[in-house]
Amino acid sequence: MSALAVRGLNKSFGGLNVTRSVDLAVEPGERRLIIGPNGAGKTTLFNLITGELAPDGGAVLLFDRDITRLPSRNRAHLGMARTYQIITLFPRDTILRNTLLALLGLSPLRWNPWLALHRQQDLLTQARAALGRVGLEHMAERPLAETSYGEKRRVEIAMALAQKPRVLLLDEPFAGLSIDERRDVRELLKAIPRDVTVVMIEHDMDTALDLADRITLLHFGEVIVEGTRAEVVADPRTREVYLGE
Amino acid sequence: MSPVSPRHIAIAVAIIALIVVPYAINQPYYVNIASQILLYAVFALGLNVLVGYAGLVSLGHAGLSGAAAYAVAYLLAAGHGHTVAIVGGLAAGLVVTAGFAALSLRATGISFIMITLALGEIIWGLAYRWISITNGDNGINVSSRPAPFGLPLDSASAFYDVTLIVFLLALVACAIFVGSPFGAALTGTRDQPRRMNALGFHVWMIRFWAFMFSGLLSSVSGVLFIYYYQFISPPALALTSSAEVLLMVISGGAGTLLGPVVGASLVVIIKLVVSAYVSRWNFMLGAIFVAIVVFMPEGLVPGTVRLARAAWREVNRRGLLAQPTIGGQKS
Repeated sequence: MSALAVRGLNKSFGGLNVTRSVDLAVEPGERRLIIGPNGAGKTTLFNLITGELAPDGGAVLLFDRDITRLPSRNRAHLGMARTYQIITLFPRDTILRNTLLALLGLSPLRWNPWLALHRQQDLLTQARAALGRVGLEHMAERPLAETSYGEKRRVEIAMALAQKPRVLLLDEPFAGLSIDERRDVRELLKAIPRDVTVVMIEHDMDTALDLADRITLLHFGEVIVEGTRAEVVADPRTREVYLGE
Repeated sequence: MSPVSPRHIAIAVAIIALIVVPYAINQPYYVNIASQILLYAVFALGLNVLVGYAGLVSLGHAGLSGAAAYAVAYLLAAGHGHTVAIVGGLAAGLVVTAGFAALSLRATGISFIMITLALGEIIWGLAYRWISITNGDNGINVSSRPAPFGLPLDSASAFYDVTLIVFLLALVACAIFVGSPFGAALTGTRDQPRRMNALGFHVWMIRFWAFMFSGLLSSVSGVLFIYYYQFISPPALALTSSAEVLLMVISGGAGTLLGPVVGASLVVIIKLVVSAYVSRWNFMLGAIFVAIVVFMPEGLVPGTVRLARAAWREVNRRGLLAQPTIGGQKS
């Protein structure tokens, strides 16, 4: 049984085929890296997997369950969480409240219009714990608008982890980070327990290479190469796509 | 935060003033103005749920309060008692709200505004043309006010007291709503609907229930309206009525608890008091609104808080600079 499987997935915008019969099978606990040059269709593939875009054909399966027609929100309840390449947070709220929203998304409490949110100790404890995992607990009360780019990236990861996902999709978690911040985020991702399956997009191969068990190379919407780290790095087609040889 | 903050003191002072001042003035004319302010404040609180917290600007809300008001008037004219009329009025308001929500929540932004505007105009058209029910242009008269627990509300001050109680209940309901998990989810859908969907929230359903809460408060204000004026006719449902309430919300401060209340006070006072001295009172209202947009684009309440904080910081800064001199004098 695959944690996440994609079968013959197709998507086109007008005449542009951004996803061409993509097949993917990610085993439980696996770390999968999806690489490819700009415009390879990596983020589109994520949007198809999470349901933010509807595919033209093919299927998406989460632990053998067909979720192709399921809205995004239901996929979250089935244990799928994602981060965004372009930061998509709640700028008017504090870091803590951002994390609380992630927890609330999966809690029946989200429909409750009369309890005081700031008295939900259980949620607050969980939110602080999630922030602790990414090293932001000390600044939980700071408004998001007053945090650095690197801190926002970590809030993204904290929110995804707070949902205790079974499958975690990370869209370029290192984008725009300094060398020091990259190292911190890499440590943070390494610490994610193996009961979470991680699929990560990264534009820059070197940064994320040592995190991956297997690598999928995407080019013009197609899977060009797939294999272990060593196989993909050694493959001549990888060099061709990345170095233009 | 300390148990008694300046905010709590301000709220306590405001409530005491709301109770005492009309008695101190004791002129029906001014007490009636106070009643109007409070009934419009309830309306503005309702619209603010959508405009401020859901980020959905509606230009059709007069249709919601109007539907409730017409239903009360119709039921009373048909010979029913006040209890039936009030319950029926609120129910009618909620049914119309559900229709508004189902149709308008297919869109957001400008399209949402246009759909609510169109729906509001439809309700206005029904009030105007469905003469067998609404009596058309002539409107419907309501001959008596209810007498809860045997206390008649015919006097200005008795009606004011009831309006004040309803207003305070609405304000407390809004405060609880905003601080609740659902309130947090609602502001989330305002700021990042796509992210909220990915986090597991049903964005459409959240907006729908927020719309229903907004419609309930609007209906409550419609019931207060019909008993205050004891008359309703189509102009109460027109676009200008919807726009006026939107003006209250935006001028006071959308997305704040007290903003709509301040905005309602501003608009009602200009409409009633200033119009007695200045015939072009609409011009005054427009000029004040422009001034608010220029100097406090976030609205009067948040704008004043911002300026007060800046002033306080300035005072503190000067105080710190002055301290060494004081220390020198002491030693």
